[in-house]
Amino acid sequence: MRDLELRGMVSAHCTLILALLSATFVTPLILEDFHLIGTHLVWLCVCSASVTAVSVILCLALGTSSVSSKKNFSQKVTKVFRSCVLFSVSCLVFHGIIVLYGAPLLESLWETFLFAVLLSTFTTLRCLCLLGPSLHAWIRVFSKNGAMSIWDTSLQITTACSIFGAWLGAIPIPLDWDRPWQVWPVSCTLGATFGFAVGLVGAPLWIHWHKKQLTYKSR
Amino acid sequence: MTRTVIMLSLCWTCFLFYAGLGLFLNGFLLVRVELRSRSACRAEPLSQGRGGQQLGGSPDSNSSCWMGRRFSKVIVLVIDALKFDFAKYNPARKNPKPYENKLGVIYQNVVSKPQQARLFQFRADPPTTTMQRIKGLTTGTLPTFIDVGSNFASSAIQEDNLIEQFVQNKRRVVFMGDDTWEGLFPKKFFKSFPFPSFNVKDLHTVDNGVLQHIYTTVESSDWDVLIAHFLGVDHCGHRYGPDHPAMADKLNQMNEMLRSVIDRVQNDTLLVVLGDHGMTSTGDHGGESEAEVNAALFIYSPLPLFMSALPRDPEVVSQIDMVPTLALLLGVPIPYSNIGMVMADMFTAGAIPHGINHHKLAKALQINAIQVNRFLESYSHVAKDLPVEKLEQLKELFSKAMAEYNNLITGLGPSENTTLEQDLLRFQKLSSVLQWYLKATREMCQESWARFNVSHMLFGVALLAAACLQCFLISEIASIFKTLYKELLLYPVIWGLASGLMFCLWGLLSGTVVNPLIICCWIAAGSHLGFHWHLWRSNNHISNKLTQISNSPTQQKWKSWSKLSGALGILLLRCTAMFSNSFVVTEGQVVSFLLKSIVTFTVVKLKWEGKFTNPSLNTPFVPETQKNPASVSCRRECFYLLGFLVAFFLCVIFSKSFYNCREELMNCEPSPFLKPLSSLKYSQERNFHYILSISSLAILVYLIRKWFLHYGNLNSSHLLVLFVRLGFPLIVLCLCGFWAVNAAPEETSVKLQDLIKEIVVVVPGIVCGLVVTGFLIVLWNPITVFVKDSRQSDETLITSYKGSSRVEDDSLHVIPQIYRKMQQSMNVHFSGNYDEKPTVTAYGLGTVYSAALLTVLTLLTLLLIMLHNERMALAFLLLFLEGFSFLEIHGTARNLSVAASNLGYFTVPWYAVTAWAFSATQFFYATGHQPTFPAIHWNAAFVGFSEGHTSNILPALMVGMNTFASHILFAVGCPLLLLWPFIREVQSSKNKKLGQESVEEDQMMEMRLRENPHKFSVALLQLGMRYLFVYGVQLLASVCAAAMLRRHLMVWKIFAPKFLFDALSFVVMSVFLLITFSFMMRVDVVVSNWFKELILKQSR
Ligand SMILES: [Zn+2]
Ligand SMILES: [Zn+2]
Repeated sequence: MRDLELRGMVSAHCTLILALLSATFVTPLILEDFHLIGTHLVWLCVCSASVTAVSVILCLALGTSSVSSKKNFSQKVTKVFRSCVLFSVSCLVFHGIIVLYGAPLLESLWETFLFAVLLSTFTTLRCLCLLGPSLHAWIRVFSKNGAMSIWDTSLQITTACSIFGAWLGAIPIPLDWDRPWQVWPVSCTLGATFGFAVGLVGAPLWIHWHKKQLTYKSR
Repeated sequence: MTRTVIMLSLCWTCFLFYAGLGLFLNGFLLVRVELRSRSACRAEPLSQGRGGQQLGGSPDSNSSCWMGRRFSKVIVLVIDALKFDFAKYNPARKNPKPYENKLGVIYQNVVSKPQQARLFQFRADPPTTTMQRIKGLTTGTLPTFIDVGSNFASSAIQEDNLIEQFVQNKRRVVFMGDDTWEGLFPKKFFKSFPFPSFNVKDLHTVDNGVLQHIYTTVESSDWDVLIAHFLGVDHCGHRYGPDHPAMADKLNQMNEMLRSVIDRVQNDTLLVVLGDHGMTSTGDHGGESEAEVNAALFIYSPLPLFMSALPRDPEVVSQIDMVPTLALLLGVPIPYSNIGMVMADMFTAGAIPHGINHHKLAKALQINAIQVNRFLESYSHVAKDLPVEKLEQLKELFSKAMAEYNNLITGLGPSENTTLEQDLLRFQKLSSVLQWYLKATREMCQESWARFNVSHMLFGVALLAAACLQCFLISEIASIFKTLYKELLLYPVIWGLASGLMFCLWGLLSGTVVNPLIICCWIAAGSHLGFHWHLWRSNNHISNKLTQISNSPTQQKWKSWSKLSGALGILLLRCTAMFSNSFVVTEGQVVSFLLKSIVTFTVVKLKWEGKFTNPSLNTPFVPETQKNPASVSCRRECFYLLGFLVAFFLCVIFSKSFYNCREELMNCEPSPFLKPLSSLKYSQERNFHYILSISSLAILVYLIRKWFLHYGNLNSSHLLVLFVRLGFPLIVLCLCGFWAVNAAPEETSVKLQDLIKEIVVVVPGIVCGLVVTGFLIVLWNPITVFVKDSRQSDETLITSYKGSSRVEDDSLHVIPQIYRKMQQSMNVHFSGNYDEKPTVTAYGLGTVYSAALLTVLTLLTLLLIMLHNERMALAFLLLFLEGFSFLEIHGTARNLSVAASNLGYFTVPWYAVTAWAFSATQFFYATGHQPTFPAIHWNAAFVGFSEGHTSNILPALMVGMNTFASHILFAVGCPLLLLWPFIREVQSSKNKKLGQESVEEDQMMEMRLRENPHKFSVALLQLGMRYLFVYGVQLLASVCAAAMLRRHLMVWKIFAPKFLFDALSFVVMSVFLLITFSFMMRVDVVVSNWFKELILKQSR
């Protein structure tokens, strides 16, 4: 049972990583003048969009099998609506947090906001997909004993890794190397993306290695 | 007893730190004493004796000093960063790089006129930065980091220098170019055209400006010395590196300029073209690599100057040699502190017949030697850092040469029996001896001024590291010690004294002079040895515990380490950041970022551990009905915490608007709040800011008062309470008046101005007096408890223990009961409804300690605000708000994670201590300071002193208080970290009361500390050690950075000042920490006496 789930997770995570890679390496084939750092905002949008798309598709593909097949249409609509609202609120919240952490308030507003969107895609969107639009469940998952399935554990790991990556990305900004990737928010977004990818790879591995210790309360 | 032991051991630890720091400083700081003496024209080193009269004959010797001048004018063209490779010309080269073969005019002149033009390699002494080089090129000495006696506030050169000699001897000095010169020689130039030099990206402003003026000036006649400093080459190097077409353009421009200048040079003029330093392959400079040190020197004179024989390779000349050469060629005295040697080539050849040249060279060298000898004598008189034996040798050499010279001169005149050949040989020999003397002198000076004492530095670092380790160990295991005084005090001190004594004995026996600093270091080393010996060998239970940690299974080991990892990891990150110049430059931002990270991490960790949600909520499928009402309180706590978190963040962000700028930061605007009110132009703006600062001051004091009121500390009629009620507003009023007078516009009547002058002196005095009175009152009686006895009868307040009437016997058990009772009635006071039951009510008993500390803190803040400019009051308000929100977060977090009755409650966790220390650093920046010398607020020394000072101690103290204000405040507020969770206990249990009535555990707030006096003392020790550790590790990092990067090109601009500021802040912090801790002990003593008295009263 657990192995099956784990295999499913590995494939899902692989698709997500593929989405990240394709956003980086396939887009230059389509778009001209595309460069990871030179036209960073374009990359940012493409990356968020592709991750969003893949996550939503995965969610629908997995979701239909387990929970919400019997719900009626209006319930689905409210659910989708709630998800959208939550996502935009989380973008704003992330924006606020980033500004509180020292990002410029007025200059490069757009860059900061897109960075917040990217972070939301890596964290909130996955929460939405895996847990649905219920804040209670979110709060529950992010505590020591809150995980109830390996999906919850992987959610914990990827979220922590993305945010930690973004945090680490802020560190080289003040260095006087004058590199193009030190410009706000390039290093942070790269850090977040890298952290997200590491989380995606690491979560199944971690779960695999800690199989014995992980005991989830049954539903 | 425990109190004294703890204070003494804290003092001892501080001493260990000081010893290491002192040793390091001794090895690191290159100190040279600056002499203020000037060379005078009258004090001729060689009296114009017979030799002089015979041979010194230049036509206009009446305007010459020391030696007849050869040129009446000189043009010095400084081409910044003119590397020797730039000036070298190789016609055979096929594909020259952009910087090669560009200065053709030099080559053509050297080849075609070997007697008039020559190229030299010009060796610069490190540090190869422009300002240090200009200093070297004009004073003839080696620059060091701290020239004792120099004035930090201005960069003007204090020592005797060429420019000053020119001016003194009525030469008109015209200057154009890099405005650094204006700062170094203010008001010295006859005419000057300075241009801004700071923007490295701007290649042309300075050069074009110079080119605009230089030709007309050269052609005109109203100058004697012309200095032109071109910056384009240097900036081009910084911007593009030498290997870039822009460099070719720049050098071509210089080539054209040189050609035009050479065409215009008149017969009596000497042209000197020099580079102040070279550049590396990336175009930078500052260090001591070959590429940076090797500059070019080109000398041209329209008259024959050199011997015709052209050396195959250009000769190597030291930069400071230029100073005596120019001085003697132009007939001015050599600057007093010069240790350079005249360039032999410039004195050997000329129109005069062959043999006498040597006489002239010998004379120049002799004058030079006499001047250097005079300098050495007066220097060794003032400072003792030159080796004595070497000095003796040099002196002997000098007197021999002097005698030989006199012999030669006297022998030359009357008796013409010696042949010319013999004379020539003797002169040659004399010259080489003199040259050797001058060279040896320079080498000796270089050795003692420009060398670090690596072994001292190394041992200093080791001692500091050992002190940090000791702090860490003590703070981790303090609670297990059985006999504190033995481990902490007795053994280390005995071992230390023993090793110090041994060293002294060794010194006595071997007859060497023992430096007291070295003795201290031996004592420190011995003390460390003793501490560890007894810790690891003899004390079984401690070593057991330590080994138990290291032997425990990995899982547990991880757990014990992960407890430390968060805060200490961030501390480590901060320490590594000290090794990078960009992080040091932007330290204000870096620290605030890390501070925010720590605090967020703490809160997130609480969430992760599920402290916000009731345990029952963790299992998500509990039916709604079973949900405990207590969860409401938890959620409220959570929102409370989040609110304070946001407040904390906002404080940190707003405090950023008070940052000052350092010059390394491009496009940085210094905070507008740094300008005093009186400098604001518009009265409306001024009024607005005046009101802003007054109101922030008023809010500050109001909030403190509110706090006192809230915890019931304002009820009694003690003197202290009276002072808090009346004294604080009085001080605020005084400050408001003081600022109003300060900000008043200048144009007022004479009478009013007199009054203003009076006020400006008197009001700070009054404030100071009030503050001191406040301190004395707090020290005398820090208790702000009001006891209200509302009993009708002598009801049993105290249930007598065993019916015994002996007070001492009782007190042990009675004390808790008293404050249990009191606390109960205090609850009543808090919850607002008045209880009919007659009890003894003690208002404010729960916060005796923190109330006393807060009083001190407020007084100190008011004093420090006065030392800052008025607009900084807002920054101090922010400081208080940030501290308060952090303490609230900390208190709530502690109460959520540990039960108050738990003994772990007495330790202050690492994150709190680290964040507290980071806040101190952050507010160092947020009060407008920077760790550089120009950024020091010197005017703090003149608050309350309009005239100036008679001694140096008081102004140094005032400036120090101003600079380290935030370190002082946070050090004094440090015990609050321990006290605040106890204070917050009230709220948390009150919240519980809402849900369940059954909570019997009553709040005792700070009385828990009274209940456990030993625990309290140990907790203070632990807190002190942790705070010292956090500071000590940061100090260690900046010490290591300064030591390892001592040859970095930024060391004198960034790392060394940073290290000095860190060292000073550590010392200031530790002193205030010790004072606060002893104050806490004092309060503790008074409180226990108070209880004793109370019991005595009750038992009567
Ligand atoms: Zn320079
Ligand atoms: Zn430069």
